[in-house]
Amino acid sequence: MAEEMRIVLRNYGKIDPLKIDDYIAQGGYKSLEKARSMDKKALMDEVKKSNLRGRGGAGFNCGMKWSFAASAQADQKYVVCNADEGEPGTYKDRLIMEGDPHTLIEGMAVCAYAIGATKGYIYLRGEYLFLVETLETAIAQAKEKGFLKDFDLEVRSGAGAYVCGEETALIESIEGKRGEPRFKPPYPPNEGLWSKPTIVNNVETYANIPVILEKGADWYAGIGVASYPGTKVLTLTGDVVNRTFFEVPTDTTIRDVVFTFGGGVRDGKRFKAVQIGGTSGAFIPESLLDTRVAFDDMNAIGATLGSGATFVMDETRDIVDVVTRIMKFFEHESCGKCTPCREGTARMHELMEKINEGQGSDKDTALLNKLGNVMTYSCLCGLGQASPAPALTTIKHFAADYQAKMK
Amino acid sequence: MVSITIDGIKASVPDGSTILQAARSVGVAIPTLCYHPDQSIKANCRICVCEVEGNRLLQAACSQPVAEGMVIKTRSPKVLEARKTILELILANHPQDCLNCIRNGNCELQDLAMEYCIRENPFEFKVRGYKKDFSTPSLFRDQDKCIMCRRCIEACSVIQSVHALGVENRGHHAMVVPTLGMDLIDSPCIMCGQCIHACPVGAIGEVEYIEDFLKAVADPDKIVVTQIAPSVRVAIAEEIGMSTGEMPMETFVTGLRQIGFDYVLHTNFTADLTIVEEGNELLKRLSTGGTLPMFTSCSPGWVNFCETFYPDLLDNLSTCKSPQQMFGALAKTYWAEKMGVDPSKVYSVSIMPCVAKKFEAQRPEMNASGYQDVDVVLTTREIGRLFRMSGLDFTKLPPSNFDSWMGAYSGAAVIFGASGGVMEAALRTVYEVATGKTLEDVNFTATRGITGIKDAEVDLDGTKVKVAIANGLANARKLMNQVRAGESPYHFIEIMACPGGCIGGGGQPITKANAKRVERIEAIYVEDENLPVRKSHDNPEVKALYDEFLHEPLGHKSHELLHTHYHDNQKKYL
Amino acid sequence: MSYKEIIAKYADKPGGIIEAYHAIQREMSYLPIEAVGETAEVFKVPVSQAYGVATFYSMFSVKARGKNIIRLCESAPCHVAGAEEVLAALEKELGIKVGESTADGKFALELSECVGQCQATPVLTVNGKPYFEVSPAKLTGILAEYK
Repeated sequence: MAEEMRIVLRNYGKIDPLKIDDYIAQGGYKSLEKARSMDKKALMDEVKKSNLRGRGGAGFNCGMKWSFAASAQADQKYVVCNADEGEPGTYKDRLIMEGDPHTLIEGMAVCAYAIGATKGYIYLRGEYLFLVETLETAIAQAKEKGFLKDFDLEVRSGAGAYVCGEETALIESIEGKRGEPRFKPPYPPNEGLWSKPTIVNNVETYANIPVILEKGADWYAGIGVASYPGTKVLTLTGDVVNRTFFEVPTDTTIRDVVFTFGGGVRDGKRFKAVQIGGTSGAFIPESLLDTRVAFDDMNAIGATLGSGATFVMDETRDIVDVVTRIMKFFEHESCGKCTPCREGTARMHELMEKINEGQGSDKDTALLNKLGNVMTYSCLCGLGQASPAPALTTIKHFAADYQAKMK
Repeated sequence: MVSITIDGIKASVPDGSTILQAARSVGVAIPTLCYHPDQSIKANCRICVCEVEGNRLLQAACSQPVAEGMVIKTRSPKVLEARKTILELILANHPQDCLNCIRNGNCELQDLAMEYCIRENPFEFKVRGYKKDFSTPSLFRDQDKCIMCRRCIEACSVIQSVHALGVENRGHHAMVVPTLGMDLIDSPCIMCGQCIHACPVGAIGEVEYIEDFLKAVADPDKIVVTQIAPSVRVAIAEEIGMSTGEMPMETFVTGLRQIGFDYVLHTNFTADLTIVEEGNELLKRLSTGGTLPMFTSCSPGWVNFCETFYPDLLDNLSTCKSPQQMFGALAKTYWAEKMGVDPSKVYSVSIMPCVAKKFEAQRPEMNASGYQDVDVVLTTREIGRLFRMSGLDFTKLPPSNFDSWMGAYSGAAVIFGASGGVMEAALRTVYEVATGKTLEDVNFTATRGITGIKDAEVDLDGTKVKVAIANGLANARKLMNQVRAGESPYHFIEIMACPGGCIGGGGQPITKANAKRVERIEAIYVEDENLPVRKSHDNPEVKALYDEFLHEPLGHKSHELLHTHYHDNQKKYL
Repeated sequence: MSYKEIIAKYADKPGGIIEAYHAIQREMSYLPIEAVGETAEVFKVPVSQAYGVATFYSMFSVKARGKNIIRLCESAPCHVAGAEEVLAALEKELGIKVGESTADGKFALELSECVGQCQATPVLTVNGKPYFEVSPAKLTGILAEYK
């Protein structure tokens, strides 16, 4: 039977987040000390070897990314934490920041040392402003104890823009601009915040770092699936018995997540679909539930692991209605910079609405498919590229639901 | 160099090239909309997407650098489907009134719709229904046509440093708007019209006065008189399918008579006059301790800029009216008197490379003659339309000359059309007036060219005069900030609002690249070289004007008709 | 505190426009045009850019609105948990539609996307403070805290 394994949430609920001594008592800031005693290259090699891959959704090898910024020549470099957790159904980063802010700070400080940065930002979504105080208190404590040395860390807030979870949009936002993604290359490790080399990692990614250094890369690389080792925090919402969160090794199957950890579908109803990874995630039918919650396994079934949001729907749920709602989300959250996303998200929503209202035909699903595919490979950033997935995957896996609504 | 393959063609291209540059170098055309050769890469329209082997996603050709061994397909089925769909998305809310559009036949979107055979659009047609903005006499905005490429914003902010345009809202509701969503007239817009050149479609255009003109021509009581600005001739050829500079002046004059002008005169005449007045003003300021550096005042976009952003420096502006307005004031006084006609019947039309001139003509202080001095301003583009409307074949038209009185000009007047030209013209005159000597070599080449800021030092028989020239207002701003800080080393500064000077004016044929501006500049200097008279004060008609009417530069009559004053027009929100 | 004083406090923060806007809104619940103009001046950016920022982020409004801002989440997890019924009840209770403010200027009603409290849906926030598992029956109590 699958079991929870808490790495990033190891201290959650066990310590007082506002007491740094609690964190220190759990071995906190020892990894930072250890990192600083290491050669920078050896440190990055260790992170690379752990095969920790970014937990924000793109899944890039973390140590590799750091090494790009480390080798870039610049008078200033930045370490940024993406705490713009905006994926509907996701609150894992909040849990970490709320319950154990020092693990994030320690992870960022390790990165700063590795790449040679003296300034860092935690970009906190506007909906989490109540966490500013927690984070600032923790930063002040770490400074006071001398852990941060020359690393200056500041909290910046968003203001209600999902797209700012995209790293270059986030950078624009820290610069005080409209949160519109930049085209890549150049990538942030070469040219990021104020055009300087910048590492942007997710809260969960940084939170893994202290443990990896404490227990070693080999230990970490051995957890879960080898190509995407470690754990993943999943937040369960929708028609599931346990609407709560779990941290599980990445070799756990979706079926275990929903039925073992989640306790199955509520009210004795039958399972219909689960959407994983956030609002742009694929809708996964019963037949694919034995997929493991690891990056490449999910990709192989046309899905994404994304943020780890796990949205369960029972047999009574109107899939077309839910997807219509999701398409409205993307119309609202598109930044409007590139044509296929600005126009496409609005058209996807319009077509879904037409079908949802019983006015659609097969022509409309065909158009959704064509437009969705074009958006997937033509949009400027991940938001636009991922946004058609709920429509595309439901048209594929839940065709009957669409047929039932055709005029 | 890196080796790549584009559509099966093997090529070696410089490191750092984009796919777009590489493709063009081997003759493979890739469509663009947000790309502009003189602007930064935006990569937002996505029309240039291409397939790169090994990549699941399509790549924007304008922004994606090539890499060794890259295999690129620019016209695969996947690429064509993407481009066509993107076009359909744009066209599904773009007004389908190409026939009535000011850019009909000269629109990048229309061309692509044609090239990609857009017929039935699968998306429901929905025009957004924004209000058209006709608040300025110079340019209008039609937001429904905007395709959000943002080229206008870059022209306004980066090239002109005016920042009158920005993006409001986000997503599907994102729109290019003047500051705070206000009407253009309330924004810091200085009406230079560079946004018109930047716009790939008809979302911004000049306010047309063609109907007003045709009405005046049809009115038997009106004597329709025109003046042509120096930079119009070199560019008008482009409007009627000839090469830049190819239209002979004499044929152009015949064409203008054909479309209904009773008298064809030349702004060059008052350009020469401006030089005499302005040159003397400079000498007076130099000798009497007047406000220095003195700024030229013939570019109305620049004057608007100074009034809006540097109202503290208005005393530095030469009080000379622009050649257009000097002409206007004289046409309804001196010229009417000379010709024995009733000035109230004179309908004065100026043909300009400029949209800000339309605003300038309507300034309330511009009625020194007792009437609105210039009734209507038509741009080079509007004249092109009138020529096409009249079906003129310029290869067969006989030549004709300008009418006398206010039709003669020197080479110094011609070069007004290029950045640095006013300065060079002024120096030709100032040197001779100040030193009493004859200037042997009239060519001050240091002042020429499209470089943003140029400077030179001229020796007036012992007195060293330092001059600077800027074209494009972001360049002007640098000189102005120096002046404001009291650190300007210059005595005389020429500013042209538009890059390259009037040859790149907002009313000129749509200029898709600065390279075209350079061509026009070259044509201007060829014309100067070929003229017998090359100094303004040697213009025989200008001499006669002083003898008969004005009596002396900066005199009482000049003051009344040829000089003006400026207003602090600082906007609350810049 | 006047908006000028608020903005001045952030003047030294590079790119701190968004922080300044949040602070202004805490005081005035929206961003008056004058405040946008002042922000532009203090941060040395054109007004057109400062306005572009103010209209980009959904938490900012350049139009006047009620003092207490109620935002109901309508993302999928809240949507399936009954957010629509809560919205109907809110509109009835306040006597206004989404996007409007009450006549007494006390409340503004808006929709939002996910606020990251999905363990207890549906969720609404008042001035950023989240309320969990809201139902039509709970609304009177919530609103009473702000009356």
